[in-house]
Amino acid sequence: MTPLLSVQGITKFYGQHIGCKDVGFDLYPGEVMGIVGESGSGKSTLLNCMAGHLTSDAGAVVFDTRTDGPRDTVTMSEPERRMLSRTDWAFVHQHARDGLRMGVSAGGNVGERLMAVGERHYGDIRAKATDWLGRVEIDATRVDDRPTTFSGGMQQRLQIARNLVTGPRLVFMDEPTGGLDVSVQARLLDLLRGLVRDMGLSAIIVTHDLAVVRLLADRLMVMKDGHVVEAGLTDQVLDDPQHAYSQLLVSSVLQV
Amino acid sequence: MSDYNFAYLDEQTKRMIRRAILKGLAIPGYQVPFASREMPMPYGWGTGGVQVSAAVMTPQDRFKVIDQGADDTTNAVSIRTFFERTAGVATTTKTSEASVIQTRHRIPEEPLSEGQILVYQVPIPEPLRFLEPRESETRKMHSLAEYGLMHVKLYEDISRHGHIATSYDYPVKVEGRYVMDPSPIPKFDNPKLGDMAAIQLFGAGREQRIYALPPYTQVVSLDFEDHPFEASKPDHPCAMCGAENSYLDEVITDDAGRRMFVCSDTDFCEARQVAGHTGTMNGKDAA
Repeated sequence: MTPLLSVQGITKFYGQHIGCKDVGFDLYPGEVMGIVGESGSGKSTLLNCMAGHLTSDAGAVVFDTRTDGPRDTVTMSEPERRMLSRTDWAFVHQHARDGLRMGVSAGGNVGERLMAVGERHYGDIRAKATDWLGRVEIDATRVDDRPTTFSGGMQQRLQIARNLVTGPRLVFMDEPTGGLDVSVQARLLDLLRGLVRDMGLSAIIVTHDLAVVRLLADRLMVMKDGHVVEAGLTDQVLDDPQHAYSQLLVSSVLQV
Repeated sequence: MSDYNFAYLDEQTKRMIRRAILKGLAIPGYQVPFASREMPMPYGWGTGGVQVSAAVMTPQDRFKVIDQGADDTTNAVSIRTFFERTAGVATTTKTSEASVIQTRHRIPEEPLSEGQILVYQVPIPEPLRFLEPRESETRKMHSLAEYGLMHVKLYEDISRHGHIATSYDYPVKVEGRYVMDPSPIPKFDNPKLGDMAAIQLFGAGREQRIYALPPYTQVVSLDFEDHPFEASKPDHPCAMCGAENSYLDEVITDDAGRRMFVCSDTDFCEARQVAGHTGTMNGKDAA
């Protein structure tokens, strides 16, 4: 079986400072990968390098494209990479405001990716947008409201709908539950888990919240100072951490 | 008049602008950056159009300026006088007699012919600007022909008003490639942009951009399959000349709600009145 995404030796320096160094893993279709670590450990740098938002200094990100099979997205031409990032890829930002157009209605936000890939029938676009709002539990009557009138949790769900409407195969998530209160977090996680399972999505989730990876991720990578210090099945890493830093991380979680 | 170089600008500046115009004509709809000069008028009064006019003007030209279709408004009169003084060219108000026409917000009703040049004054040349504020990003979108965002604007219109409510500045696609801002002409004029015999040049002075449509270029107004483009105008005949198919201005005639609709193209309207056409409020019973 070919991996959907094969990351090989991704390295990114900020001057002398290490962003992330020599990170590699394979992600298979339908698999959810969690990346945890403290602030500044290079999680987001790694994610942005993989998604093509940052140019990595070395390494390859090989994606199994629908038409041409495995291709290195780092050396791919920019139009191809941008096409990929609005069809087969999705990126959920930590702050919904970074991923949404705040001046455009919820329906327009969801419809943007459809229009970007050439959909030109207003009725169809609107029907799909309404359908997706329903799937992320936003009332259909809010379709013409701007995201500025939405709560934080709703904005995050809208961002997810906007990203998933074109049926991507790989979703990058950067702290999708950051800044939400725990009950909203729980609902969002529930929703995400359902969507990931139903659509057979592969996902890479960056977070510092171990509960999120425990619920969503099949596999886990622990990062510290730009290096991967431990990787394995989620339950295995969380229940029996081997590296000193992983042990610290797991024991730091407050038991209620 | 002799104190100025012909048509105000120095020859090097005109060469620079002509190069930008030629590049614009070679790539229809593409916004060519140029080093816009300070002109003796404020931005927003047509500094871009004036520079383009000055660059294409020859002493043999006959010049016409229209502002919202009218030859006799402040902007039109002052620009016409400007070139009378600095270039000494002949001027006219008749569309058919002019070789260079500078316009603000209208295309003349009378069809233009080969050999004529229509110069538009453009306030904001970037059609994607209000949706994407980053210039670096809009340039990338143009170069990669990523125009989905333009339809988001039209989508918003329909979702809010039930139809495409954009009535001027209506975005067009040129030769299947570049999405272009046609300057704030009413969308009634959009169909005239395409397949026109005259050369169309667009100058934005403050934004420092020139773009162009060579004669007989394909220009398509963007729309949705189920909400097609419609060139709309007030549903009245002209009150002065009775024209049914020209673009009309609404004029409030008193404070009791009376109003009249007249052609915005004054030359077209006058020519029709001279030819004997008349409307409902022509002189006799106008309030």
